[in-house]
Amino acid sequence: MKFLRHSDRLELALLLVVAALPLALQALGEDYYISFATRLLIFTLAATSLNFIVGYGGMLAFGHAAFFGIGAYVVALMMAENITSAWIAWPLAILVAALVALLIGAISLRTRGVYFIMITLAFAQMIYYTMISLKNAGGDDGLPLAQRSTLAPFNLADDATLYWVTLALLAVCIIALKRIAASRFGRALAGLRQNEVRMEALGYPVHQLKLACFVIGAAIAGLAGALLANQNGLASPSQLYWTQSGMLLVMVILGGVGQRYGGVGGAIALLGLEEALGQITDRSQLYIGIVLLLVVLYAPRGLVALWVRQR
Amino acid sequence: MNALLEIKGLKRHFGGVWAANGVDLSVQEAEVHALIGPNGAGKTTLIHLISGGLLPDEGCLTFAGSDITRNSMHARVALGITRSYQITQIFHHLPLLENVRLAVQARQRDWGSSFRFWRPASADFQMIEEAEDWLGRVGLAEKAGKLACDVSHGEQRALELAMALATRPRLLLLDEPMAGMGPEESAHMANLIASIKGAQTVLLVEHDMGIVFRLADRISVLVAGRIIASGAPEVVRGHPEVRRAYLGGELL
Repeated sequence: MKFLRHSDRLELALLLVVAALPLALQALGEDYYISFATRLLIFTLAATSLNFIVGYGGMLAFGHAAFFGIGAYVVALMMAENITSAWIAWPLAILVAALVALLIGAISLRTRGVYFIMITLAFAQMIYYTMISLKNAGGDDGLPLAQRSTLAPFNLADDATLYWVTLALLAVCIIALKRIAASRFGRALAGLRQNEVRMEALGYPVHQLKLACFVIGAAIAGLAGALLANQNGLASPSQLYWTQSGMLLVMVILGGVGQRYGGVGGAIALLGLEEALGQITDRSQLYIGIVLLLVVLYAPRGLVALWVRQR
Repeated sequence: MNALLEIKGLKRHFGGVWAANGVDLSVQEAEVHALIGPNGAGKTTLIHLISGGLLPDEGCLTFAGSDITRNSMHARVALGITRSYQITQIFHHLPLLENVRLAVQARQRDWGSSFRFWRPASADFQMIEEAEDWLGRVGLAEKAGKLACDVSHGEQRALELAMALATRPRLLLLDEPMAGMGPEESAHMANLIASIKGAQTVLLVEHDMGIVFRLADRISVLVAGRIIASGAPEVVRGHPEVRRAYLGGELL
C-alpha cells in the first residue's frame, strides 16, 4: 500500500526543505533573512486566501486588504488591552475578519463584475478611513505592539520560532483549502465558476455558496494579518489601504488565478523580485510592472502553471 | 386524471406585446405534453413563466396542488420543476461524469446540503454510481471522462438531458431539445425522450411535427399568446383553427 501519492511526497519534501531554512540561514550568519522569509510566508498566506476567493470562487474581490488589516488591528488592539495571548487574539482576528466579510459579502454579492470590484473596494476604503480616524487605533501612525503575541509553549520573540509557527499555519491552511476544493462545497464552487445559470437551474443556493467562499478566504486573511502585525510589531493603516488589495491581486495574477499554489508562487515572485531588484536599482516597481505585463500577455495562467505543466 | 401543472389565465407582456395573453394549460401526471405553435407565439416565454425565470403580470400557476405563481426559480426546482435550455447550458470544462454528478448532488432532499467542506466528494460512491447510471441511459457511458467541451453538439444535448433527469424532476421542461441537431442526432434524442415516456412527466417544446406526433400523449397549440387547441394528437390534427394557424395545414 502506498502511504502517500507522488505529488504529496513532493510537497512534503518541499515543506521539510522550507522548514530547514532558518537553520541554514543561522549557520550562514544571515539572520536578517529569517524575518524576510517570515514576511514572505505571511504574504503567501494572504495571497492564497485571496486566490481562494478569486480563483476558486470566481469573485474578483478588490478589498482583501480590509480582512488582512482587520486581523492585524485585532491583535494590536488586544495587546493595548494587555491581552497578549495568541491563543485568544489570533482566533478572534479570524472571527472578526470572517464576520466583517459576512456583512460585506452579503451586500456585495448582489452585484457582479465591475460593480462587485467597486463595491468591495468601497467597503475596504471605508474600513481604512474608519481605522485612521480612531484615536485609540493610533490614527495615521498605526498601532505599535508592545511585544509579540505569546503562544505558550512556543517563544514567538525568537524570529525562527515565529517563522516555524507561520509555516505550520500556512501548511495547515493550504491542506485545508485543498480538502475544501475536493469537497461537495468545492465541487459546487467549480460548477459556479463555469456556469452560474446552470447551477441556479439545478437548484443550488448560489448566493450562499459564494458567500461561504468569500468568508473562508477573508478568515484566512485575518489570520495572515494577525501574523503580519507580529512580524512588523505594528498594525499599520497601509495594510488596510487599497494599494495593499492591489498588491495581493497582483500576487494572485502573477502566481496563477485558481492554481493551488498560485498565491504561494505569486507572493514569492513579487516580494523576491522587490528584494532582489531593490538592491540594484531604485526603479524596482518599473521592472516588476514589466514582469507582470509579460506574465499577463504570455502566461495568463500564471507562473505556477508554467512550472507545473502536468495539470 | 390528475393535473400536475395547472395554468389559468396567465398573462405577461413585453412593452406592447402580449407574449402570454391568457394562457390556460394543464399538464397531467406522467404524460408527454407537447407545446407547438408558430415562431413568436410565446412558447419560450411560457417555459420561462413555468420555470420561474419570469413572473406573470396576471393569472396563476398551480403545481401539485400548491400555488407557485410567485415562487422563485430556486423554490420551483426544489418542488420538482426542472428545465433544459434552447442554448446548451453545461459545464464545458468539467468531465461529463462531473457534470451529471453535480446535478445529482443538487438533490438536497436525498443527500443533504452542499455545505460539506471536509469530506471529499469522491468518497460519495452512490452519487458517482448514480451519475454513471444516468450517463449510461443517454448513451454516454464510454465518454464519462471526457470534458464536456470535447464532445459533439448532439452529445452535449444528451448530457443536458441526463443532467435534467438526474435532478429527478416531477415535471421536466424541454425547450427544443433537438435545436441545431442533424437528423441522426435528432432521431437519437427522440428515442431518448421516448425511453422516459410514461415514467416522467414532460412538457416538450418542439418544431418537428413528426417527432411531436410520435412522442406526445397530448398536444397544445400556442398562437399569439393563447392556447387555441389542446388535446390528443388526432383531435389537434383535425382542429380547424390549428389548420388555419399553420397555413392551411401544410405542416400537419
